[in-house]
Formats: sequence, C-alpha cells, structure tokens
Amino acid sequence: MNKILSINGKLYTIDIADDTPILWAIRDFVGLTGTKFGCGVSQCGACSILIDGVLTKSCSMPFSYAVGKEITTIEGTSENLEFLREAWNDGNVPQCGYCQSGQLIAATSLLDKVENPTDKDIDNAMSGNICRCGTYSRIRKAIHRAVELKNQSI
Amino acid sequence: MSNIQQINRRDFVKLFGLASTGIILGCNISSDKKDFIPQTEGTFAPNLFVQIQKDGTITLIASRSEMGQGIRTSLASAIADELEADWKYITVQQATGDSKYGNQNTDGSRSVRTILEPMRKMGASAKMMLIAAAAKKWNIAEADCKAENHHIINIKTDAKIFFGDLVNVAAKEEIPAESKLQLKKVEDFKYIGKNLKSVDLKDFTHGTANYGIDVRIPNMKFAAIARCPVTFGTVKSFDAADAKSISGVEKVIQLDRMIPPTGAFFGALGGVAVVANNTWSAFQGKLNLNIEWNYGENESFNTEEFTKKITKRVHEKGKLIPGSTGDVNSAFNESKNIVEATYKVPFLVHAPMEVPNATAWFRGDKIEVWAPLQDPQTARAELAHFFEVDIENITVNVTFIGGGFGRKSKSDFVVEAVALSKKINAPVQVVWTREDDIKHSFYHATSVQYLKGSLDGKGNVSGWLQRVAVPSITSSFKPLSDYASGFELGQGFTNNPYNLDNFRLENVKAEANLRIGWLRSVVHIHSGFGNNSFVDELAFAAKKDPVEFHLNLIGKDRIIQGKSEYPYDSKRMKNVLKKTAENANWGKKLPENHGIGIAIHYSFYSYVATAVEVSVRDGKVKVENIWTTIDCGLVLNKDNVKNQLEGAAIFGMSIALYGKVTTKDGAVEQNNFFDYQMTRMKDTPKINIDIIDDMSKKPTGVGEPGVPPMAPAICNAIFNATGKRYRSLPLIDEGLLV
Repeated sequence: MNKILSINGKLYTIDIADDTPILWAIRDFVGLTGTKFGCGVSQCGACSILIDGVLTKSCSMPFSYAVGKEITTIEGTSENLEFLREAWNDGNVPQCGYCQSGQLIAATSLLDKVENPTDKDIDNAMSGNICRCGTYSRIRKAIHRAVELKNQSI
Repeated sequence: MSNIQQINRRDFVKLFGLASTGIILGCNISSDKKDFIPQTEGTFAPNLFVQIQKDGTITLIASRSEMGQGIRTSLASAIADELEADWKYITVQQATGDSKYGNQNTDGSRSVRTILEPMRKMGASAKMMLIAAAAKKWNIAEADCKAENHHIINIKTDAKIFFGDLVNVAAKEEIPAESKLQLKKVEDFKYIGKNLKSVDLKDFTHGTANYGIDVRIPNMKFAAIARCPVTFGTVKSFDAADAKSISGVEKVIQLDRMIPPTGAFFGALGGVAVVANNTWSAFQGKLNLNIEWNYGENESFNTEEFTKKITKRVHEKGKLIPGSTGDVNSAFNESKNIVEATYKVPFLVHAPMEVPNATAWFRGDKIEVWAPLQDPQTARAELAHFFEVDIENITVNVTFIGGGFGRKSKSDFVVEAVALSKKINAPVQVVWTREDDIKHSFYHATSVQYLKGSLDGKGNVSGWLQRVAVPSITSSFKPLSDYASGFELGQGFTNNPYNLDNFRLENVKAEANLRIGWLRSVVHIHSGFGNNSFVDELAFAAKKDPVEFHLNLIGKDRIIQGKSEYPYDSKRMKNVLKKTAENANWGKKLPENHGIGIAIHYSFYSYVATAVEVSVRDGKVKVENIWTTIDCGLVLNKDNVKNQLEGAAIFGMSIALYGKVTTKDGAVEQNNFFDYQMTRMKDTPKINIDIIDDMSKKPTGVGEPGVPPMAPAICNAIFNATGKRYRSLPLIDEGLLV
C-alpha cells in the first residue's frame, strides 16, 4: 500500500510493509543512502536520524511511526548541522567516514537541546554512536568548535 | 625510455570514463619494490595515473583502497607538491580491481611506503612538461620558468599562465627522462609533511560517499545468507515456507560451499540465501528459515577448553625457533631473581562499521562486482577460478570502505554475491547482518604465551625464554598448519626491540578451528602484550623504573640490517620512548588511585612508545590520558598520521578492555555490539600524539603500529595504580569494570 514520507522537506510515496524499519524505507525504497546500517539493534547509532527534531535510531523504529512526521537525514540541513559540518571539516574528523552521518545527526540533536555542551554532555549524548576508527576525540573537539563558529556568526 | 608515459586517450576514456583531454600520464609501480619496475619497450603497463585538464582539475587515479587511513589524500599530496599544484584542484578517483593497476592489496601499512617515490616523479614530470609548454609560448628558456600555485611563472617578467591553459600544448611535449627529473628538497615541501585535510570531507559530511552497501543498480535484488553456526558446517535440509511468507521475499536458494585452489578457508562458506526486493525483507526472511545443519568436525571446538589446552602446552617444551641466541638455562641457573608469567589474548573480530557486503552481476561471460575490498585483485582471481570467466571480463569496482581493519582483504562475501547473481540471473547485493559479521569472520587468533626471565645481580635481564602458542593465519591458506609461521613470529617475537644475550623462543602447537585472518597490527598484538607486560614485571622485580629499565633493555645504539631495506635502529626506539616519557611528565606525582604505564613496540618498520595514565576506583578502571610517540620516517600528512594514531589508541583500548570472541560447541557466542563491545565516547581519554619528524628517513607504517602498545601500557598502568597484574585480556572479563 502506498505511504507518504516527508524527508528533508520533500515528499516521497513508497509502497512498503508497515513494520519495515525507517532505515530501510529511506535506504531501499526512497533511495537516500547517507543513513547507514551498522547493527540493526540500536547499539551503534550509524542509522541516526531526526524525526520531528527528535534523535531516533532508524533501524529499530517501524516506518509507520514516521508517517505524517518530518524526517531529517544527513542529506538534509539545519542551522546546527551546517555549523557542525564546518567544524567537522576544520577538524578533519572522519577516517573511513561510515559512522559520521550518524555522528553528525546525533551532534545536531545535542546542539538543538544544549547550547554549549560540556564534555560530560557530549559523553552522554554521543556514547550511543560507535566509531570503530576511533575519531571520538576529534568529534568532541568539533562539537565545541561548532558552538564557537555559531557564536562567532551572531 | 622513461617509466612514465603518455596514455592512449581512447583506453583512458574506456578505463575511467573521464574526458580524454589535457595531460594524461601513467606510470607503473610495484608493491614489492620501492620504485619503478624496469620496463622493456612494448610491455609498459601503467598502473597509476594523473590527468590535468583545461579547467585545471588534477585527477589522481589511486590504486589503493581507501578505508579510513587517508591514502587517497596522502598520495595526492605527493603529486601536488612536486607539481606545485593548488590543493583545491586535486581530486582522486579509485581504480578498478584490474591487474593493470598494480598490486592493489591494501594491508600491511605499506601503501605510502611503496608509492611515494613514483607519485613524486609523476608530479615532477608533469611540471616539466608544463614548463616546456610555457617556455615555448613565451619563447624563453625553460630555466627562466618556474611553477607556483597552479601557474607557470616567467621569472624575469613575473608573467604567469594557469596550468589549465597550458595542458593542450604541454600534452604534446615529450615526457622528461627520469634522470632529468629534479625532485624537490625536503625543506621546500608545501604539502608533504604538512597538515592536509581529507579530499573526501565533503562527501563524508553530506552522506554522499558511496560505500559498498550504498551501491544501487537498476532492478537489483537484496539478499541475506544464513550460514552454519559452526565453521564449515553444511546444510542438511531446510524449510523455506515461513521465510517465503515475509512480504518482499522472492526466492530462497541454497548455496554450496566454494573452496578455492589457494586454500580451504577462503571462497564462500555456503548456506541458504534469501533474495528479496529490499534488505529488511531479506534479513527477516533469513531469521524465519528453518535449517538443519551438519555441523561437522569443528562442532567440538570450545574456546575455553582450547585456552586450557594451549596454556598447558606453553608450560612444556616447544619447538626451538631460529634466532634464539645464547644459553638461557645457564642464565636461569645463575640467577637469584627469576620471573615467570603467562599471558592470554582471546579471539577478536574486526567489526568494521560497514558490514561485509557486495553487489554482483553475473552475465554469462562477464562479471561485474561493486564491493568494499582491500584486495580487489585476489577477489578477481577467485572469481575467475570459481565461475570460469576470463579474468579480462571480470570488473571489480572498489567502493569506499566503511572500515576494513583486515576483514575486507578477504573476498568471501564477493564470491557469495556472484554465486547468487548467477543463480537468480539478476544483479544482487548480499548484505551481512552484524550478527553474521561477528559469527562468521576471519578472526584475529587467540594466543597464550609463557615467559620466563632472569635478572643478574645488577638487575639486568640475563635470560629470556618465551613460548608462544597462536593459531596461524597460514591455516587459512594451508589447512593443518598448527604452528605460527615465520612471518608471524617475525611480528615482534623473533625481532623484539631488546638487546638480549640469552634469548630462547619456542613455538608451541595451536590448531585452528575458526577461520583465522588479519586484524589491524596482527600478531604484533600478541607480541606487544607479552613483551611489554613482561618487561614491566621484570622492572618491578629489579626494583627499577620501567622507563629506565626499558631504555637499558633496548641497549646501546645499534642497527640491525636484516633482509629488509628498513633496518631496525635502536636509537630511534629509545628516542620515541624518551619523548613519550617527557610528554607524559614521567615520574610526576599522580593523583590518588591513578597509575601510569609504558610500552614500546616496533612494527611495520615504525617505532612507537605509549604511556597510559589510568584511574582505578572501586574496581572501575578509566583510561585518563594517553601519550603516544611515533617515528614513521618521512611523514606525508601529519594530521592524518595524528588521526591514525588517535584511532589506534581507541582500537587498542577496545582490545584491552572489551574485545573477546568465544565459541561453544563450535559456534561463536557473541552476537552484536551489546556483547562484542568496543570503546565509546564516554571511555575516550585525552590523547596526545607526538610525531618524530624525520624527513631524511623513508616513510614507514602508520595505520597499524599504534595498536600493539596500548593493551600492555594500560595493564602496566593498572599495576602501577593497584599493584594487581592483569595478564589476560579483556579486562572486563577479569573482574574490572569499565
């Protein structure tokens, strides 16, 4: 049956079973592959997206939950996401890059909630996202840097 | 004849789909030699390409896979530097897995080691051609021209021409003879040795980098495969009714095990494949299969019993290994201070964030594959063998690799995808679940080591006996290889960095009942852990400071040439140790419940020392600070080296604290990240990386050498904090909380 998903401000009509996780709706039906599969059980955060601004592990949330809501993926944009991108660039953060979609989305969610996060805030907000390459210290610095960039822009 | 050549334009278009304009140069490099292979006329087969186009774009076609170690950026920097290019015009494209492009195997930390020189020469050649073109245009001597920031400058008039505006003329210039190439002086480097950002940053931060799992082909299917829980078990029977009832599932197909001529452990494991119109349905279908297995002979394999078995063996005499020297028994008899210890490392799995996956399209006499592969050429050879397709008709496209760590140097997932594509006569993407990845890997082998050492009256090490039991990687090539091979013992056992007069190394039998493979820094994980833990124990027994004790054990300045062009230089080893001690402010008063530990290791021709500060409170250990110093010779991209070493620290922490694969009745017990844990943000300490900047030395490994010292440095720090010695990994299994 056809369903409508709103992703990054665009509407997509897809024919899909209701219990399909949002991750696979986005990747295999809509065709946006920036959101990654890592574990399938909410353990690694590679599949992080925002649903109406709320951080969600898309591998474990049925697609039907997102119908009628606005999804933001790494292909999308937001004020905080753009500052984070710039900071990620300044800090040359990624190695293999695979987890970074999820890292950036999780960091966006953090900055949406906490204007100037402490290291402890970052520990709490970012520990659901695994980076096997081990870029954590750069991610931490980049989040602080994004706040700096944002403050400079005001 | 120069070893750099202009490339036939039509071939270039065919190979890379790039416009055939401007300067296109190719050269041939070999992975085994540091320089060009001597070529005879007519047999020149370039495998490294650079193209300069009219808009100024410089495209490098890289033969090495990018899996996070920054190779694309490092290699581009060498060309850009010699060419005096502006970094913003540099792009990198991945070569397909064709033998034309040289050995593309990306492991052993050797990419930069082998390709640097040819890259620089390519850049210098292109620069000379541009200068020749400009000189003609201005009708002046070439000596009156220089290249600067993507322009050729007339030295006398300061007039300048953009690279792009010269390429059509320059393309007709002769390629300069290699003897005429003048490479830049180290002090003139603009990019080499500096901090360069990844050429792929924009894609990484916008979700547009295409990994294997992101490949999409029109009308492709998605598949998941159920494999026997016990290595090499086979399908007895299966019922597909429940799987087929899942929406989206189209077919259920049995796949046979495929065994290559190179060895019984490669190829594909076989199993039951569920083909669907999306990944999720394939996963669900797989979970709903009812399969009866023939478990086979590995069903009796239990890691707990195996560890007991090899622990018993290392306490008996093993096979003497060449390289042993002096007489340890006399040393032991004469000593009043003997130390003995047994160290254990469990099986480990790579668990790269991108699971193994491959997209394949079998079309009768042609095969095309898209996959995250560290070694695309071996994949190609395996496919040619299994599917009896002419190797020239097999294209292996290497995608971005979402983490490799050695797992993706194997081709089993590619063979599976092609076999399935052949059966369903359609393009198909096989995706492993995380559980598949944890349960069917090529594992980093477990090990048990027994060490016995003696101290003389002055507290110097007078004898060192080491027995090593580690299932061999060779078993994956040649079944029934029950002892570590020479190349494995050469990873930190036969070539430890110490100056020992009485040294005896013994090889102890250890069978392989899982598929054994490479994992970042490989056998160095075992040697690094055993050697450094034991030196710390000896230092304690000698009542000496561990740094002083280490320095003394490394001994006087000496260079061991060996067979390699990268001799071991004890001075460099001591230098990184001293630097690390200095950076960590070694000897400082530490806060209560804190401890500090040190470890050194020589691997992939690089020298590393790591100090770790931990705190231990109520049985909970936290890594507070890490200081690592590396001497990896000439540094191409300083920030990338730093990033690699930071990552190695986190990877090493995962090994020390969390990593452990166990089997029961032949089946791997771990499932996913909840029971195969790894370092997360909350565990991440302050990491300080120091890079010895020695541009006069050849570049050596960077991706792996940071890993081996981590676990022993952590255990030594815990001992320093608590007085308790941990000799088995991981620490969460030893009653420590993290």
